Amino acid sequence: MTAEQGVIYRVAGPVVTAIGISPRMYDVVHVGNEKLMGEVIKIVGDKTIIQVYEETSGIKPGEPVTNTGLPLVVELGPGLLTSVYDGIQRPLPVLREMMGDFIFRGATAPGLSRDLEWEFVPTVKVGDEVSAGQVLGTVQEGSMMHKIMVPPAISKGKVEKIAEKGKYNVDKVIAVVDGHELTMVQKWPVRGPRPVAEKYMPDVPLITGLRVLDTMFPLAKGGAAAIPGAFGTGKTVTQQSLAKFSDAEIVVYIGCGERGNEMTEVLTEFPELTDPRTGESLMKRTVLIANTSNMPVAAREASVYTGMTIAEYFRDMGYNVALMADSTSRWAEAMREISSRLEEMPGEEGYPAYLAGRLSEFYERACRAKTLNGEDGSITVIGAVSPPGGDLSEPVTQNTLRIVRVFWALDTKLRERRHFPTINWLTSYTMYGKELSGWFKDNVAEDFIDQRAWAMQVLQRESELQEIVQMVGSDSLPDEQKMTLETAKMIREIFLQQNAYHPVDCYCPVERQYVMMKLIRKFSDLAEKAIANGIAVDKIAYLPVRQRFNQAKYEEKIDEELKAVGADMEEQFKGLGV
Amino acid sequence: MAKVTKEYKTISQIAGPLIFVKKTEPVGYQEMVSVRLSNGSVRRGQVLDSSDDLVVVQIFEGTTGIDRSASVRFLGEAMKMPVSRDMLGRVLSGAGEPIDGGAPIVPEKELGIEGAAINPWARDSPSDFIETGISTIDGMNTLVRGQKLPIFSASGLPHNDIALQIARQAKVRGENEEFAVVFIAMGITNEEKQMFMKEFERTGALKSAVVFLNLADDPAVERIVTPRLGLTTAEYMAFELDMQVLVIMTDVTNYCEALRQVSAAREEVPGRRGYPGYMYTDLAQLYERAGRIKDKKGSITQIPILSMPGDDITHPIPDLSGYITEGQIVLSRELHRNGIYPPVNVSSSLSRLMNSGVGKGKTRDDHKAVSDQLYAAYAEGKDLRGLVAIVGKDSLSEKDRKYLDFADLFEDRIVRQGHDEDRSIEKTLDIAWDILTELDVDQLNRIDRKYIEKYLPKK
Repeated sequence: MTAEQGVIYRVAGPVVTAIGISPRMYDVVHVGNEKLMGEVIKIVGDKTIIQVYEETSGIKPGEPVTNTGLPLVVELGPGLLTSVYDGIQRPLPVLREMMGDFIFRGATAPGLSRDLEWEFVPTVKVGDEVSAGQVLGTVQEGSMMHKIMVPPAISKGKVEKIAEKGKYNVDKVIAVVDGHELTMVQKWPVRGPRPVAEKYMPDVPLITGLRVLDTMFPLAKGGAAAIPGAFGTGKTVTQQSLAKFSDAEIVVYIGCGERGNEMTEVLTEFPELTDPRTGESLMKRTVLIANTSNMPVAAREASVYTGMTIAEYFRDMGYNVALMADSTSRWAEAMREISSRLEEMPGEEGYPAYLAGRLSEFYERACRAKTLNGEDGSITVIGAVSPPGGDLSEPVTQNTLRIVRVFWALDTKLRERRHFPTINWLTSYTMYGKELSGWFKDNVAEDFIDQRAWAMQVLQRESELQEIVQMVGSDSLPDEQKMTLETAKMIREIFLQQNAYHPVDCYCPVERQYVMMKLIRKFSDLAEKAIANGIAVDKIAYLPVRQRFNQAKYEEKIDEELKAVGADMEEQFKGLGV
Repeated sequence: MAKVTKEYKTISQIAGPLIFVKKTEPVGYQEMVSVRLSNGSVRRGQVLDSSDDLVVVQIFEGTTGIDRSASVRFLGEAMKMPVSRDMLGRVLSGAGEPIDGGAPIVPEKELGIEGAAINPWARDSPSDFIETGISTIDGMNTLVRGQKLPIFSASGLPHNDIALQIARQAKVRGENEEFAVVFIAMGITNEEKQMFMKEFERTGALKSAVVFLNLADDPAVERIVTPRLGLTTAEYMAFELDMQVLVIMTDVTNYCEALRQVSAAREEVPGRRGYPGYMYTDLAQLYERAGRIKDKKGSITQIPILSMPGDDITHPIPDLSGYITEGQIVLSRELHRNGIYPPVNVSSSLSRLMNSGVGKGKTRDDHKAVSDQLYAAYAEGKDLRGLVAIVGKDSLSEKDRKYLDFADLFEDRIVRQGHDEDRSIEKTLDIAWDILTELDVDQLNRIDRKYIEKYLPKK
């Protein structure tokens, strides 16, 4: 079949108008003599409007346009892990080899390497009945078992041929099912979700090792969370901590319209860090998508879909996948930019009217589900939002908050006093509390939920008291209220503050989180008794154990140190007659 | 050899900086254009929108005096910048022409001014400490090679003095490498220009600098091109001549105003406050040209200066910049009124790459901890100032009074320094330890005990 040919009629930035082709919406076309890749985003009469994924400088009207007749797809198969792609799945290391240190246009490279061979181990035999999603064989990719599945398009069929155990590249036919020749690669159009058998209600938390998240505002595996914050509040540091330490088996990290140097940080750091569960380099469970702010806008728009489709593919194998999108605001801005070039009627703040729709379509692809092959997989989505001026009433934040159930609010004030992570404990929330309480009770401690409620109460009480202190000073408060302030301070400084760069403190297992909170509560209980006995708050606040407790989280033998803190505490309060 | 190109006399509309030309042969997007006026003078422009029927051209020097009989030639390629090592020591106009009366520059190369994005895979992470000799930057918001760290200022504040002081004092310690400054002025006044030039000449900094001057009365469209010319030059020096390049851009606010002006003339759908929706991407295309590349010796470090309209940090210009740059140095009117130079508001300033540029072997082992402690204690002291205004100093506890005094000391000894005072990082940290003695030792909860023993002066 010869592809349909047309010509360029108009060029204005990344938006190109063509005549002489009649494609479907979102078909991929090749534009100009250099065959730049683009996507059809609007059709008006005989004019086709195309967003081009690359820079269009020098392109002229009259140059050819070819319609491929296919939508934008990603390649899914062995080789995805450890890869670093741009927004349309071009591997950046390969681009560097082809064009040097800068990205020039017109280069194409397949998402998966054709040179590598993978050891394929069949798990079905000729004559077996298989259906969509069923595993045909496996490939060991690093420490991950990569499952080669029947593509969703083939609903049922008989295995007519299956390759023997051996090394193949991804283009080699490894099975024939019902007349379809299958390789280890699947292609899937990025803009639509991959099917699952059934979606479940999430009830297992994504453990992140961050105290303020796991204990106070937990997120469920398969849920979605938003991290909005003004610049400098640590969205990226939080996203990176999650990418490093969350207990997902696969991490897809999308750097969407963000800083080049930040991606470099990920690229240099991840290969050196080890996954606490497998002992392997973190990079081996990670797929990175880096479309920095100065790379083409249209590819930025596509990058979140590319990442999501890759995440879905791993979910279909029965893995828990965490997807970080940093930042969804840049994605929304890419939509705005393209929409304004199309001269569409703008909605709020110039964003297109379909902003809310696109955001919900994206976040709805997060889920915990029974896959087509009957396994349990999940995608947890954590989207950073960069509200202009830190103003949360802007459209991207507001439309996101209507969809997600977890809100981690980052706070400039906390950043100014170097309280990290800057997650504000009063404005953040999680709506998974109920669903997850069972898990915490069964797996950590019966009174885990209780303890969280207690801590929240103390912090809430503190914020009320702070208002009074602002007016009259803390000296005029009664002792027990002064003690509440001290307890809240301990919760803030010992528990909520966590140093992402400290080798010990950067990751805190849930069990230890529980122990730490329990110790703070113990201190508070003992102090209450002491105050009832007439001991002054200053005396309690200056007990040496406070200082030791403050430092405990940085000790290498932290669990023993915490035990010692508990013993010290009892002893020193005994000294006060409690 | 120049290509023979057709001349068109088919201008159909002229609006603001734009002219609309009809019935042309195919013209490339962003192609350069030359327009000859009836009086014989020639203007330059660039294609913004090209279609079979109509080509929209933006004229750099403005459309004053152009009429419909002017003739238009399309030059067949996008704008290029001739670059050469000999540019060091030269002063160029905002359009890249020498204006210092010197010889014309013989180009070694001609480069496209838009620049291409550095492949994230090819970037090397910035981690070499740059000593600026200014305590609030070196000690609290450390600058590293390849970083972009803007100064958020406002009208009436001494941002230019600080920029010059940095340009004069910045160095990478212990290394003998070629250092160059690319100074990009956008829409500055004639007086500011005089001041900068005098200072460059006084200190001899001009010989290792390339200066681009787009003045306040130069056309706005040219202002959009000036930083691109400067950054193209910087890229050439950094990545082909292996130099360590420091780019100072002032004032980004003027640049954004020009962007808005052109966008309005094009009748584009405006984003926030009338600025174009693509301003984030546009600014990113400037700022992201900072960085280091693997296996290359050179680097580009940027210090853009912008003035916050109405001292408002949430205004789109500082806001979008803050989202792209790796931190910001914020100046404070309050400190300035109190006579403190440089009036750096440490609390709202930040350097995101600080962690990778400090510590043992780079600055000093205690650096991170000391700076954290200073931040926390200064914040505490500043909070108490509000309280003192209401209840008076006497009703504060002993501990609180110490914090209060600490905040004053901090501003007086760490923040304040002379225009020509070049403080080493050791000196900065020593002053820090000295003022930390004002607090009780058990309040130093951000610092590891081993550093306290090593560095805290005994009273």
